[in-house]
Amino acid sequence: MTPDLPLWLDVLVSVLILAGAGIALTASIGLLALPSFFKRVHPPATIATLGCWCILLGALAYFSWQDGTPMLRLLLIALFMATTVPITSIFLLRAALFRARRAGENVPATLSGPRPGATETGEPG
Amino acid sequence: MNTPLLAWSLPLALGMLVLAMVLCLMRMLRGPGAQDRILALDTIYINAMLLILVLGVYWRSSNYFEAALLIALLGFIGSTALAKFLLRGEVIE
Repeated sequence: MTPDLPLWLDVLVSVLILAGAGIALTASIGLLALPSFFKRVHPPATIATLGCWCILLGALAYFSWQDGTPMLRLLLIALFMATTVPITSIFLLRAALFRARRAGENVPATLSGPRPGATETGEPG
Repeated sequence: MNTPLLAWSLPLALGMLVLAMVLCLMRMLRGPGAQDRILALDTIYINAMLLILVLGVYWRSSNYFEAALLIALLGFIGSTALAKFLLRGEVIE
């Protein structure tokens, strides 16, 4: 059916996919090892941007060669991740900040000013 | 087909992604707060999406792309709903 994969494409796809998998592994180690939640938020963003782009470009190169046409719909995933992951991060960070303020931890105060019933003094850490 | 490097690097990448998912699972089981668990679950979703993509290359079929897109979509919906619950469930309390 298809002819042999040229060596340069073999090397390119291997390097891109291995780089993406390595970034995912490194970021997961960071997720497990970092000490506080506000530091742990950052590694998944690395997976969703750099790791995702590496693996997607590798798959794009491979499938474009296999099918003979550029398979640009693979980039839909990258577009989708680029729009959704910041939303999830912002929601999670707002929830975590809210819970930390509720628990009386030393986190920066809200920027919109204290609400009428709030008791925080608003001293930033 | 003769792919000397891909035949070696794709299983390695699959193993690394599975190991990454296991590490995220450990964080999800250990995580001190609910937000840590949600973050770990979201990371597991992203890792699983990448795993499906690499599996598609491994099995030489571009049909797995739709599965990856679906996993990304459901992961986003689930994580956002859980985060909103975290934010609102305590407001109501």
